[in-house]
Amino acid sequence: MDALTLSRAQFGFTIAFHYIFPPLSIGLGLCLVAFEGFYLSTGKKLYLEIARFYTRIFGLIFAMGVATGIVMEFQFGTNWSSYSRFVGDVFGSALAAEGIFAFFLESGFLGLLLFGWDRIKPGTHFFATLMVCLGAHFSAIWIVVANSWQQTPAGYHLVGQPGGAIRAEVTDFWQVIFNPSTLDRLWHVFMGGWQAGSFAVLSVSAYFLLKKKNIEFAQTALKIALVIAAVASLLQLFSGHESAKVVSFTQPAKLAAYEGHYTTGPAPLYLFGWVDEKNSQTHGVSIPGLLSYLVTGSTDAPVTGLDAFTPDKRPPINFVFQTYHAMVAIGMTLIAVAWFGLFLWWRGLLWKTRWFLWVLVFSVLLPQAANQLGWFSAEVGRQPYIVYNLMKTSDALSKTVKAGEILTSIILFGFIYLLLGVLFIYLLNDKIQHGLHMKEEKGHRA
Amino acid sequence: MNFDWQTLWFVLVGILFMGYALLDGFDLGVGALHLLVKTDTERRIFINSIGPIWDGNEVWLVTGGGALFAAFPEAYATVFSGFYLAFMLLLVALIFRAVAIEFRSKQPMKWWRQFWDVSFSVSSIVSSLLIGIAMGNLVWGIPLGADHEYAGTFLGLLKPYPLLLGFTTLALFTMHGSIFIVLKTEGALQKKLKGWVKNTMIFFILCYVITTLATLIFIPRMLTTLQQQPFLFIVPVFNVLAIANIPRNISRGRGWGAFLSSCATLFFLMALLGIGLYPNMVFSNPAPENSLTIYNAASSVATLKIMSLMAAIGLPLILSYTVSIYWVFRGKVKLDSHSY
Repeated sequence: MDALTLSRAQFGFTIAFHYIFPPLSIGLGLCLVAFEGFYLSTGKKLYLEIARFYTRIFGLIFAMGVATGIVMEFQFGTNWSSYSRFVGDVFGSALAAEGIFAFFLESGFLGLLLFGWDRIKPGTHFFATLMVCLGAHFSAIWIVVANSWQQTPAGYHLVGQPGGAIRAEVTDFWQVIFNPSTLDRLWHVFMGGWQAGSFAVLSVSAYFLLKKKNIEFAQTALKIALVIAAVASLLQLFSGHESAKVVSFTQPAKLAAYEGHYTTGPAPLYLFGWVDEKNSQTHGVSIPGLLSYLVTGSTDAPVTGLDAFTPDKRPPINFVFQTYHAMVAIGMTLIAVAWFGLFLWWRGLLWKTRWFLWVLVFSVLLPQAANQLGWFSAEVGRQPYIVYNLMKTSDALSKTVKAGEILTSIILFGFIYLLLGVLFIYLLNDKIQHGLHMKEEKGHRA
Repeated sequence: MNFDWQTLWFVLVGILFMGYALLDGFDLGVGALHLLVKTDTERRIFINSIGPIWDGNEVWLVTGGGALFAAFPEAYATVFSGFYLAFMLLLVALIFRAVAIEFRSKQPMKWWRQFWDVSFSVSSIVSSLLIGIAMGNLVWGIPLGADHEYAGTFLGLLKPYPLLLGFTTLALFTMHGSIFIVLKTEGALQKKLKGWVKNTMIFFILCYVITTLATLIFIPRMLTTLQQQPFLFIVPVFNVLAIANIPRNISRGRGWGAFLSSCATLFFLMALLGIGLYPNMVFSNPAPENSLTIYNAASSVATLKIMSLMAAIGLPLILSYTVSIYWVFRGKVKLDSHSY
């Protein structure tokens, strides 16, 4: 395998593993704020127990996020140094801003969140929780700014350098930040995070209820998480719609790949299907004119098809089609699950409907899958470019790094992440099983 | 020496890495010494002495990396791709270190704790060495091509001088960590640790003297800026005074005085490094004409100005919460139900 394939594989696999954790931090952070907020306003000890229990889980998730996140900060330089030289002037400042405005806030207050329960007043502790939650959101802001600039570059010009190289330099920083796709994608990422966090709480709570453990504890947490899940899932539908609309005019090749839309003209929306890339055909069940309607408001308006792009400027179509459709299908399922849950709660049936509680137990995997699939379709859909229409991914590599070195690091990270993944699941399970009654245990077990 | 935006950012990136050395330096040092205490309680005290703060300390490195990317993308690209395998090793060490702290006390099994104790300590030692070796290479110079790409090999990074700096950094962090852990402990454990401080101090001073001599003999260019700006000679002078102040404070039993002197030592050493390198970011050896300086490696002035605004807003915030969090967790380590 060549350095390009290996470097893409390495980036894809390290970021995918990393991205299990940040959405959980975002969403669980919000849940923690809610739990602790209820404790402060009602003074009921139960809310405090819930907050403490999920704080311990949050600590584990956060540590995994930090450990796997350092890799990302360095990887642009190690594996993509030509890219770094080209975009550093624009892209680097977003990463630096993430450090300055998000990471310090997050990890600083995390210490108080985890270890400060008995050292600071409840109000101060709540403030620390709020800051950690904000920090997680800020972090997403800067990463989405940086990535959106790769999708829809704005606020820059190209400048020749003394050595003959060309690079992008900032002309208008606000345009860099609020480039055409930033806001919709940011909202999409936030909601994905809220879903990840709230469905995690739903899953744990439903499990307790099925095992008839910690009943009141589980019911209270479940109700709060269900409201967050229902709101986030519905908002996610709108943010997804808005995002796709932006893609339709900023990255038409990507939208065409999302829907396997070959011929410019009125476009159907596929519920599911298969793209035959050899014969440039898409097979499946579709609703005629719906894609046209969704992006333009009229069923017979033309939508740019893949025929407007020569094959070397198209992303891998079936891959993008499938990941995108799977993400949308999961998104719809999450709306159904959350709102059906609300319905059962309203009818007073929620605690008795055991099959639905089982659905909730496993529902934790769905937002995770959707988040991953969404990123795969967004990033692979941008190919063959690393910065849309400006720089090809194949020109972005580090010139000095050899394929063998990359392979070595992939094997290294592969082994370590496998180990970490297994241990994470093991410890997470242990915390869920025993976490509520872990007080003072460590000393005795030591 | 003109004071311009590039110089400002050279200083600011330097401050971020200095913050990292000062803060993560002691928790890496605590890690390096970790296996030398044997009982579970002692090891938990070690880990919990840095428990609430190590994560924030490491952010200085991440932000330093981000700031380097933003302000000097050419230097970031050259160094990170040129030191590929070394940085991969550093990443592995930092990953293991982070999860070792988090995982260690979560299970009671002896083998489990032993495994993470070893991981924590080895990764702390390896991180310190690699950071020192990377700095050593910047001082010694690395071969760069006309396109600013690294033209050497992985083994080429392991020359004697960079290795020497690796050990000096390890010694420095270990001393810094041992002084810190004395502040966080009490009773018999503290008494034992006080004995260690002397050893780490001797180890560091020995390394320091050798490194200084080696630099003066083999890399006279590190003195160029000092010779041009004689007032800067106060930096090496203060550096020596700070080092001398450590044993003085220790012999009088002033733990805090020793810790602050150790911080000052790190501060002045990093300042010396910056003064020595200036105006180079990555010195090319051989072919010095290919060196990356703060001018040919920098982002546009427009970007540096935007970043300066961010730093002006961000740094006071960062300092205020760093100080308040250290304040909350001041005092001796007390193990409780929230501890690691």
